[in-house]
Formats: sequence, structure tokens, C-alpha cells
Amino acid sequence: MSDLHDLYQEVILDHNKQPRNFKKLEDATQSAEGYNPLCGDRLTIYLHMEGDVIREIGFEGSGCAISKASASVMTTCVKGQSKSRVEALFEKFHEMVTGHSDIQKVSAEVGKLAVFSGVSEFPMRVKCATLAWHTLRAALQGKKDFAPVSTEDES
Amino acid sequence: MSKSFNIEKIRRDFPILHEKIRGKPLVYLDSAATSQKPQVVIEALKHYYQTENSNIHRGVHYLSGVATRAYEGARAKVQHFLNAQSLREIIFVRGTTEAINLVAQSYGRTKVKKGDEIIISAMEHHSNIVPWQMLCEQTGALLKVIPINNEGELLMEAYEKMLSEKTRLVSIAHISNALGSINPVKKMIEIAHRHGVPVLVDGAQAVPHRPVDVQELDCDFYAFSGHKLFAPTGVGVLYGKEKFLNAMPPYQGGGDMISAVTFEKTTYNVLPYKFEAGTPNIAGVIGLGIAIDYVHSVGLDQIAPYENDLLHEATQRLLEIPGVRIIGTAREKASVISFIMEGAHPHDIGTILDQEGVAIRTGHHCAMPLMDRFHIPATARASLAFYNTQEEIDLLVKSLHHVKEVLGV
Repeated sequence: MSDLHDLYQEVILDHNKQPRNFKKLEDATQSAEGYNPLCGDRLTIYLHMEGDVIREIGFEGSGCAISKASASVMTTCVKGQSKSRVEALFEKFHEMVTGHSDIQKVSAEVGKLAVFSGVSEFPMRVKCATLAWHTLRAALQGKKDFAPVSTEDES
Repeated sequence: MSKSFNIEKIRRDFPILHEKIRGKPLVYLDSAATSQKPQVVIEALKHYYQTENSNIHRGVHYLSGVATRAYEGARAKVQHFLNAQSLREIIFVRGTTEAINLVAQSYGRTKVKKGDEIIISAMEHHSNIVPWQMLCEQTGALLKVIPINNEGELLMEAYEKMLSEKTRLVSIAHISNALGSINPVKKMIEIAHRHGVPVLVDGAQAVPHRPVDVQELDCDFYAFSGHKLFAPTGVGVLYGKEKFLNAMPPYQGGGDMISAVTFEKTTYNVLPYKFEAGTPNIAGVIGLGIAIDYVHSVGLDQIAPYENDLLHEATQRLLEIPGVRIIGTAREKASVISFIMEGAHPHDIGTILDQEGVAIRTGHHCAMPLMDRFHIPATARASLAFYNTQEEIDLLVKSLHHVKEVLGV
């Protein structure tokens, strides 16, 4: 049972029940919609950018505990960060949840995102954890009328 | 429970049911996605490849004769299984999906034109939606959808009103894969025929659970997949009334579907071969024949009562869990329980149950329009077969309580 509690850690359950920044930004400068066709999870990320920096972020949508908590924790981590810092964080996060890195080492580098390290034991749930990040990256590209980013586009 | 139903013996017939998943006994509640296979079917594949493997309808050599007889023997078993009038009405395909695409493209492309209408229902699987949408795009025909009520039953009055001189075909699930509703197909066929409209029945979820008699139903087409009927994947059946199949052009061209080919003109083979281009899934077809023998040995008339008892018990037990709501509460139901649980997303339920060895399906069940109808993104679905037991229902219920503990709901 230890595995399950690695996945569903208290912090994750808390963010699932009370997601942070769970709102539409009325003054968003850009946004993107994300979709996981395998399970039907959907979310929209709203950004208010000041130059290269995320000044404000919000999200809306429905999904499983992992995808919702991942979106929520992500918003708290990237607020005030630059695009390049977000890219670097995503890379480490992705390495961690896909089990392609030394968990101990990378956990120290990703701060509170480390609560998602248990996802690496559940390969079928990796897409739940990364949906918000893929959507954020699409929003950062700032294209209007962007087709929803899909977890199935991931290589 | 019916007295002569020997569940211990049946479970011994399915080797996978004795596998351990994460150190726990497998509780397989996903038979609506695909059924498990009895030892006799697994052995039939091995026997075919070890002693009979050869191409059919071709060689004069010994093995080709053996393989052809085994393949055609399976066709006779399917004919008997569906009570079709003739062997010519049984077409082997890859599965229900291919059967429906065959009718949409072969019958549809020749009979359907701009402004015509095709009727399906709100509870169809994507495989009984998309082929008709494609046909509508190609021809300019319109797709009409029979609505359902909150219990997951078709609104028959709306259906009757929908039929008109523009209707070219009705295509309807016998049993819904996502809700378990058993549709009144016999009555629907009668009504359609009064308007001179042929009906295709998607029987993928029906044949594993109850006897089907195509002559009694008077359906014009009936489609099912072998893999949901305890047979291998990659084989299925299209039944069609001979008068329709005869008038339809081939679906695919190739070997075996011709009687003579020159570069100027090709003469097509007779039924059913006209629709079986290329080397078919010979082993799969033979396996399907053996699976049908197996279902007969269990007793087709015994399966439904046993499963109904199990379904009734499981439904009651699930409803006792606070926060659980069942999606699909039709009066006539079979073997499928779709449910949602307050505070727990189906995906999380699926992962936590999996840790207990309990295999269920979570998601939209290839019926996204149906999920929209109920305003939910997904459900958790436990689906039963005759090899499931009361004890497995107990384990499902126990695991669902565990879901609540883990997620703190």
C-alpha cells in the first residue's frame, strides 16, 4: 500500500480538494486549452504576462486528483517566474515523473513539485501529471485560436 | 443462482483467472472491453498453427483442405449460433467496427444520397457513430439521433417520429456498452420495417450474454466481435440478409473475393466470399468456432439468469456505499455497472482498485456524446461475465471503501 500513498500524498489530496489559483483570469494576456483524450481530462490555463514573466496565472477544468493537483501546485511554482525558468522546471519535472532521473537528486531541485515523484511508479498516470505543464507551455507560446494541446501529441 | 451452473468448473476453464496481479488474485471486471479466453480456445490456436496451418480456398494439398474445412466449419457454427437462414449470410470481418464500416460504405454509398437520413441513438459506441458521420460527409445525408431519458432508455415516441420517407437505415446497439441498457430492438425493427427501413443491430455487447436469433429479430444486419465472446481478437461477424448482401458491391478488393480477373473486367465471387478479400484471420475464425462451442457447453440459457443475479447483487451493494451514483438504471439491463463516486475521479478509482488486483474500465467508454448527455467526463465501469462471482463483487465493494480512505473522501 506504500506505493499508493506515495502517489496520493497529503499535499496532492489537499490541492485536489482545494485547488489554488482555480479561476479564470479576466485580464489574461494569453491562454491555452489542454485535453487528455484517453480519460477526458480538460483544463484551461490563463496567463497574465509582463514581458517574459508570468505575473498572474489561473486555471479551470475537470480531471482526476493527479491532474488537478498537478495544475494547482504548478501554478504556485511558476507565478513570478520567467519563461526560461518554467522550461527548465518542466524539464526536471518531466524527468522526475517519467523516472528518467535520480529521484533524490531531482527532487531537491524541483522544490514542492517533488510530491509528484510517486507518479513515476504509475506509468499510466504520467499524462495526468503532465497535462497542465503541456498546456502551460502552449499558453506561453501565446498563439491565439490555438488548437487544444493534447497529451497524445507528446513524443 | 441457477443450480446447474457450475461456477468452480467454469473458472478452472479460464487460466488467466488464476493469475496474481501485484500479488493479489485477479478480479477481472472488464469483460465489456474484452472477455477472457477459455483454455479450449487458447489450445485451438496452438493446435491450428502446430498441425493445420495453411491458406484456405486455394491449394489442392492436404493441409489447405484441412484448414478450409476448419474455417468453413466455424462459419456453420456462427450460422447456427445466430440462427441465420444460410451460410451465405455470415461474413467474417475483423470485428464489429469493420462490420459497421462495411455496411456504411457498401450499402450506404450505393443507397444513401444527399438529404437522406440515417438514425442512430444517443448511447452508441463511437464505432456506431463515426462510420455514419463519414458516410454523411461523403453523401450529404443527415445523421439523426434518438434521445434517451435519465435512466438511459431510448425515447421510443421520438424514434417513431424520426422515421420518414427520407430514412435509409437505422443502426442501433442491442445492449449499451457504457450503460448496460438492453434496447427493445425487436420492436424497433418492426417499426422501422413498417416504414420500409432496414436495421443494423450492433450486437457486440449482446452475444456474450444472451441467445440471439436473427430470424426472430428480423434484423437486416447484425454485427459482433469475437473477442468479447471469449474468442481471439481480430475476428468478428457481419450477418446480413442475403437479399441485401447480394445487391451490395464488395467492400474491399483482392484475392478470394473474385471468380475471374482480367485487366479489362473482374467478376466477383459469390456470397459470402465477395466480402472476404485477402487471407482472413483463419486461426481467429477457428478460435471463434471453438468459443461458440464453449458457450453452448456452459448453456446460453443459463448465462443470463446467473449474470442477472450477480448484476442485481452488485448494484445493491454499490448503492450502499455513500456517494456512489449509478449511471444507467434502465429497467432492462445487462452485466454493466457504470458509476461515479463523489470526490473521486474515475481515473483515481481505477488506479487504486488496480492496486487491489481489481480490473475495471475508467473513462468515456468510446461513448463521448453519451458522457456529455449525462454531463460527466467519465465513469468507472465494472462489467461482468459468467465467470465472475459473488466473492469478486465483495472485493470490488471492499476496494471502493479503500478508495475513500486513500483519497480522504
